[in-house]
Amino acid sequence: MRRRQFVAAAASTVLAPLGARVLSAAPPPQAITPTLIEAAKKEGKVTYYTAMDLSVAEPMAKAFEAKYPGIKVAVERTGAERLFNRIGQEVGSNIRRVDVANSSDAAHFIVWKRQGWLEPFLTPDMAENLPADQRDPDGTFVNQRTHLSAIAYNTKLVKPEDVPRGFVDLLDPKYSGKLVKGHPGYSGTIMTATQQLAKALGWEYFEKLSRQKVLQVQSATEPPKRIEAGERAIAVDGSDYLFWMAKERGAPIEVVHAVEGTPQISNPMAVFRASPNPNAARLLVGWIMSPEGQEFIVNVSGQYPANKLVKAKAGRPALASIKTLPEDPSEVEKTADEIKTRYQRYFKV
Amino acid sequence: MTRSFDLSRTVLAAVAALLAAMIALPVGWLLVVSLTAKDGGVTLANFVALFTDPTFVDPLITTLIIACSVSAICCLVAAPLGWLVARTDMPFARTIRMLVMASLVTPPFVGAIAWEMLAAPNSGLLNQLWRLLSGMPPDEALFDIYSLGGLIFVISCYTFPYVFILVANALDRMPGELEDASSMLGARTWQTARLITVPLALPTLLAGALVAFLQALNLFGSPAILAIPAGFHTLTTRIWSLFQFPPKPELAAAASVPLLVLTVVLLRAQAMALGRRGYAVLGGKYGAPRPIRLGLLRVPAVALALFVLAMPLFLPYAALFNSAFSRVASRIVGPETITLHNVKFTFLELSSTMPALKNTFLLATASATLGALLALMIAYIVARKAVRGYRALGFLATAPLAIPGIVLGVGLFLAYTRPPLALYGTLWILLIAFVTIELPAAYQQLGSAFHAVHPELEEAGRMLGATRLRTLADITAPLLRSAVIATWCFIFVATIRELSAAVILFTSETKVLSVLIFDLKESGDVGAIAVLSLTMVAITTVVIAAANRLHARPQSRPA
Repeated sequence: MRRRQFVAAAASTVLAPLGARVLSAAPPPQAITPTLIEAAKKEGKVTYYTAMDLSVAEPMAKAFEAKYPGIKVAVERTGAERLFNRIGQEVGSNIRRVDVANSSDAAHFIVWKRQGWLEPFLTPDMAENLPADQRDPDGTFVNQRTHLSAIAYNTKLVKPEDVPRGFVDLLDPKYSGKLVKGHPGYSGTIMTATQQLAKALGWEYFEKLSRQKVLQVQSATEPPKRIEAGERAIAVDGSDYLFWMAKERGAPIEVVHAVEGTPQISNPMAVFRASPNPNAARLLVGWIMSPEGQEFIVNVSGQYPANKLVKAKAGRPALASIKTLPEDPSEVEKTADEIKTRYQRYFKV
Repeated sequence: MTRSFDLSRTVLAAVAALLAAMIALPVGWLLVVSLTAKDGGVTLANFVALFTDPTFVDPLITTLIIACSVSAICCLVAAPLGWLVARTDMPFARTIRMLVMASLVTPPFVGAIAWEMLAAPNSGLLNQLWRLLSGMPPDEALFDIYSLGGLIFVISCYTFPYVFILVANALDRMPGELEDASSMLGARTWQTARLITVPLALPTLLAGALVAFLQALNLFGSPAILAIPAGFHTLTTRIWSLFQFPPKPELAAAASVPLLVLTVVLLRAQAMALGRRGYAVLGGKYGAPRPIRLGLLRVPAVALALFVLAMPLFLPYAALFNSAFSRVASRIVGPETITLHNVKFTFLELSSTMPALKNTFLLATASATLGALLALMIAYIVARKAVRGYRALGFLATAPLAIPGIVLGVGLFLAYTRPPLALYGTLWILLIAFVTIELPAAYQQLGSAFHAVHPELEEAGRMLGATRLRTLADITAPLLRSAVIATWCFIFVATIRELSAAVILFTSETKVLSVLIFDLKESGDVGAIAVLSLTMVAITTVVIAAANRLHARPQSRPA
């Protein structure tokens, strides 16, 4: 399945109540000019809120700093749901901190856009090389990259004949006490994945899964680290790029693409309207979305790029070849609270 | 002689006003919010919702079980250990005392993370070792840290030092003459212990039990690390989860009310237990206590002390060191696998490291200085009944104990995100939070120190014409010098450990180390956590050693 139309879905939710308004197209693209770079250097810093694992986000920040000396990137990483909460707290209290936000829960951008917190911004490169399904029609946010929330296992702890083929397999009693999974109250990846799985398999699936003595961690970036350490044999979910990165450096990890389909996660990014460093913020977004920035993310982590000039990482399965579940940010936005409540009812935390 | 205007009144009034602002403002907002309905009307619906909801009642019961168990374990461990260190000729007593204090430097959530490395059922180092030695099959575990017992154990590890310090200090101050007199009158050792030592130490032990109970009640970090993976909530983690989007501060505020009531009752009970008995044991003159000879028991005693210390100190730090220099925390690092990857990552790549270190030590120094000063004044006022309404002051200074740090964080958030004092987003709001949170313990420490200094000394000064402040400066302060420095160190360390309020109040520019570690924990970056924790502990140790050097010189007591 191709990337699903997260932006189309997002846009329809945002724009529906504003039907009477004449829809504006994306703003005119803004080139990265020497003036912009100069102004950004004068600001000297940019605060980048993200849910991406630090092993990718920090090197990416350092690459940007090397490209534009004199601009320091402060990376604020935490689970997307906590990020959302913090940004709400800060912006709601007129604390101007966030310059650029990047979340693994696309629903957040629906909310932020509706509240008028986002500043439309596209470079000519972004306008030209981001497919329509990778950016908001109004240019208020773009998808930075796509990853999956995959099942994975430690090959030393799971015998070949015991490898699960999908989510339903994990309900087998033989996996009791062997599973680790992230939490939708903290992780945007897991929130998005939970909505997709609940839709595909029903909430009864999670009710049954909760009886499997699951080790409950928070961020989708932790299950990969737990199975590498051997604390549990199988990760029910988790950011797939971290499984692959661990495997590529020699950890005994294999990824499973579930027969039911694997949840697909887009990672939108936007400049905030109240950004204290608006020029550096634009420069950072422009660079991350440029072929150079996208290439960097692909090389380090193998996540799927949004810029069509950049190829996916060799040696990883092509996104089109994987059976994925449809992503529906507007549904996540509407049901996030219910998802958390139901999840807590089953998993007790 | 013209009696100059006694400045103390003004100071006292200022302290009272400050306390009221610090505590009454956030608590007031919380109460208002807890009684507010969605539409803005007054309602009790939040309380009804809480007490009929099992997802709240279960954590409440769990938390009470934890607090009682921790309190009992801490007293059982700290009382004998404190006695061994203070009153016997156990070898290395000074070193052991220092090491117990040192274990306080460890933030409880770091301790919890270290114990995950040691006793996670599968990857825990102790479990791996046990499997290796006993041939236990891979799916079985000797220890499971992700359990109620595991959580109680870890909380006790980092709570018993509070009780230990209280007990050991009380036993230090206890005059030897009373025990001498008892034995001279023919009492045997155990009789002296029962009739003299235990009754004299009892108030302190009770105070210690209370401190341990309240610590365990309000702790957020360790439960957040261990309870969530184990699949249960404590009250604090449940309250924290209420601040997930969309935040429900009205429920959180209501959830803190049972804690408030419980604490008030406990404090009342403590006051009644201590009753009308006078416990001033440091009069104008006193003698050094005589150490009890342990004889053949000296070696077992020191072994016991070291075993106890292994739990909060030796084992966790071994695990942290291992993890700091290892790619995967569950593997013992060897000459071939040792790596500086985590160190490089923490200091060269992680952009939050330096700002967080700076903020943390700035805040810790400021909170310690301000907090110790404030606690000293309040303790004095209350101990000497210096103004009318001193009881209210004492209550105010103790009241923050009843408010979980996380709820206080929200109260401060509600109070200081609006005019006239929009402090959210600055370090000031964190400073207020830290001073407020540490005030009760600081006040209790200095309060008990005041109780041990008999007012007759001050009365003498006052009779000779000195003002209250002069008396305080010339007579009381020197006698309390070591208690004040100890309190300063205590607040310094406690501030560095503080997570629960900081986790609500920080912004990206005011991030402190504890929050950074907590964020790293969420994503499972234990290598960086280990490096940061060790750095933090190293710096803290240096600061404390320097502070202690300050008062090492003029000791009021012969060595």
